[in-house]
Amino acid sequence: MVPILEVQDLHVSYRSSGEASYAALAGVNFHLMPNEILGVLGESGSGKSTLATSLLKLLPSNGNISRGSILFEGKDLLCAPAGELEQIRGKRISLVYQEPSVALHPALRASEQVFQVLAAHESAGKSALRQKTRQVLASLFPKEADRISNSYPHQLSGGQRQRVLIAQAIACGPSLLIADEPTASLDSTTQKEILGVMRTLRDELGLAMIFITHNPALLAGFADRVLVLYGGRVAELGLARTVLSSPKHPYTRALFQSMPQILENTRDTRKTKLPVIAGDSSAAQLPLEGCVFEPRCPDRMEDCREREPAVVNLGESHTVSCFKYGG
Amino acid sequence: MRFFFRRLRHACFLLFGVSILAFLFTTLAPGNYFDEMRLNPQIAPETMAALRAQYQLDRPLPVRYVSWMNSVLHGQMGFSFAYNSPVAPILFVRARNTLLLTITATLIAWGIALPLGVWSAERFGRLPDRLLSWATAALLVIPDLALALGLLVLTVRTGWFPTGSMTSLDFGSLSLGGKFRDLALHMTLPVAALVLSGLPLLIRHVRAAVAEVLDAPFMLAARGHGIPRRTLLYRYALRVAANPLISLFGFSIGALLSGSLLVEVVMSWPGLGPLLLESILSRDLYVVIDGVLFSTMFLVSGNLIADILLYWADPRIRTESAAR
Amino acid sequence: MQPLLRVEKLVKCYERQNVFGSREKLLALDGVSFAVAQETTLAVVGESGSGKSTLGFCISCLEIPTSGSIWFEGRDIVVLAESERRKLRPQIQLIFQDPSNSLNPRWSVEEILLEPLNLKGKLKREETKQRAVALMTQVGLSSDMFQRSPAQLSGGQRQRLAIARALALEPRVLILDEALSALDCSVQAQIANLLIELQRTLGMTYLFITHDLAMAAHLADEIAVMNRGRVVEQGPAQNILRHPKEEITRHLLAAIPSLDNAERPPLES
Repeated sequence: MVPILEVQDLHVSYRSSGEASYAALAGVNFHLMPNEILGVLGESGSGKSTLATSLLKLLPSNGNISRGSILFEGKDLLCAPAGELEQIRGKRISLVYQEPSVALHPALRASEQVFQVLAAHESAGKSALRQKTRQVLASLFPKEADRISNSYPHQLSGGQRQRVLIAQAIACGPSLLIADEPTASLDSTTQKEILGVMRTLRDELGLAMIFITHNPALLAGFADRVLVLYGGRVAELGLARTVLSSPKHPYTRALFQSMPQILENTRDTRKTKLPVIAGDSSAAQLPLEGCVFEPRCPDRMEDCREREPAVVNLGESHTVSCFKYGG
Repeated sequence: MRFFFRRLRHACFLLFGVSILAFLFTTLAPGNYFDEMRLNPQIAPETMAALRAQYQLDRPLPVRYVSWMNSVLHGQMGFSFAYNSPVAPILFVRARNTLLLTITATLIAWGIALPLGVWSAERFGRLPDRLLSWATAALLVIPDLALALGLLVLTVRTGWFPTGSMTSLDFGSLSLGGKFRDLALHMTLPVAALVLSGLPLLIRHVRAAVAEVLDAPFMLAARGHGIPRRTLLYRYALRVAANPLISLFGFSIGALLSGSLLVEVVMSWPGLGPLLLESILSRDLYVVIDGVLFSTMFLVSGNLIADILLYWADPRIRTESAAR
Repeated sequence: MQPLLRVEKLVKCYERQNVFGSREKLLALDGVSFAVAQETTLAVVGESGSGKSTLGFCISCLEIPTSGSIWFEGRDIVVLAESERRKLRPQIQLIFQDPSNSLNPRWSVEEILLEPLNLKGKLKREETKQRAVALMTQVGLSSDMFQRSPAQLSGGQRQRLAIARALALEPRVLILDEALSALDCSVQAQIANLLIELQRTLGMTYLFITHDLAMAAHLADEIAVMNRGRVVEQGPAQNILRHPKEEITRHLLAAIPSLDNAERPPLES
């Protein structure tokens, strides 16, 4: 099978007034197969949102893709003219935004917002589009499609808003869905529900999906493969069950250990301190030379300060960028 | 509807308050219409007293207010000493002329400001936007009076448009189309002055409001859905930027009105402006009060229209007012 | 032991008029009772809309409950005179989910910290400054951040600052309203450790309001599960987790995302 998306050596940097430009992404490589869910795991400063926006060339005006290529269905998006991109966005590749509360237009009804996406990409008549709008909304709200359609965003709950966003994203039948922290602001039961919706969509519509999150636990039982992003670089990439159950990169390991675990421990570890990764992952703290994780790394070695580690293949398409494994 | 009635009630209270204040201040101001006659030795003091009695100028204030109010409610709005007729018919013609001027100017000003502001906001901070900012800033610092006089001088020199008055002398003999053309030509100059004085502020507000919305996450999300640029700007952005702009619209009606009084005087347009000036100078009491009242009414209706538009444009206000 | 904070039959009713003008009642809190002992943590968990945030607002005197009582240090703060309440108020501090909304973006870190210290008064300039430095150290911030603005801090640092500002008033109870939910996982762990540390050193009492049952389980001595304005289940954390009685508790437990699912094959077939 041919990958639907291939990202090669992607470099993105931001200019900020007064300061030197900084690299949000530095050499990101990955591919995505049709019908596959790739979970991108990253914390603030990892460049995960930059990844989402640069895949659609929607970077803010001070952002710049300085190197690399993004091959979508064999075509390099970075070379595509603006008009063509506008047709790809929303039709072939859709974006589901992180904050459902702010990603919807506040003064348009839910149905209108879905309708506009359809109208932007399809030439069918108005009534046909209205009909299709109803269908799309009905597929996400089997019980109360009519009420939701006529509601404004402020009349909907967080989970409902997120469903409307998903309706917008799938309206034109895209082949790739990029979801940037779609559940971050929802409570855990709604989170689970939205994950279920996305999972079903993938199975029914045959979507490929890039699911970006800071919470590794969400990816368990959801993603097929996991890409761990740290400081704009791919720290680790592999099958979800391998990466999540036996992580290799020191960052991934430390991150998983810092999460509170309940129940399975026979020993009561409550109210004991969690093992944390010291320091901060914000861009200001990243070293300019060597491995980006080196200052916070529990396993740092001599080499780590000198140069960046290369990608090491651990087998079963599990790769790690760390000197511990050869680098 | 509840919302509308509540606003209407507020407006009525406001008008009532203004009517009292306007009445009080104009009547308490020293002098009256007949003071100049008093200096004339040929008019007997008895005649003076009779005149004063006839126009109730010797009665106590509350009585005069009530009788004026009564006349307002009967559609006469008091009596003009100078025109020797009820105020209403004189005022209505003048108000109509003023409204013709201000409404045209408002529509044209917004018609220009909206696309230009959006255009500028889209290029926020880049060269075309900066040039436009400079232009509006320059226009903003020119006083209205200088602007009006400048236009007047220009027109008199070039003779492109007729100056002064509302129609040509032979207006009555023109065909309907001719009448329209004649009126439009006469309006050009005062309308241009009004538009030029109001425009820079409007452009700046539209630009700021739209530029702020363009950065909103839902705009980025909409771009991510491939919504075309035009829909994005005019349907999505303007819709949200509308709230402050609608309030500004209500305000701009009022502002244009006060600007219009000046322009009318300078360009001798037979509107409320010259009438008000005349009547103030000659202390034609009721005309002044009614003029003030009319201006207030314009302002209040402007805001009322803005409120209704706001209610229509923003679903959040609708639910909020329903929740109260 | 006498509980530090006790809530009895707390009711908060919001009234709103619907489109037809008839009044609708919304019971955000419907007879909530519980007690928190000094130096312990009570986690209040529930889905959004279960009334848990309203509870926090009522206890921190930001909302006036419709009925019921809130006993703090042996006094009912609901019926207390405003002047008396104002004295008690600093002792119960509220920390929000997103500190960037509650920190004035135009102030520097120093100004943000000095404000509550000056409010307390009676301190000399030098002492105030020293106290601010001490607070910064206490929450794990370095005092060379004094001149930065909140926007220049990371999410975790902002939450630390919010905690420092609350501590400036020397409170006895901290109400943490989803205080960790917006943070990255590794930062959540850092702040959770800070909370544990502060409880040990300062004897702080926490009301930990959250939808994250995993973190609640880690931090709390007791858990109260809320649903539709009522506390449906309450007890020692371990009991609730191991032997949930109510449907909603099981529902919440099932929704905890957990890495342990990783062992399951990704396609549930």
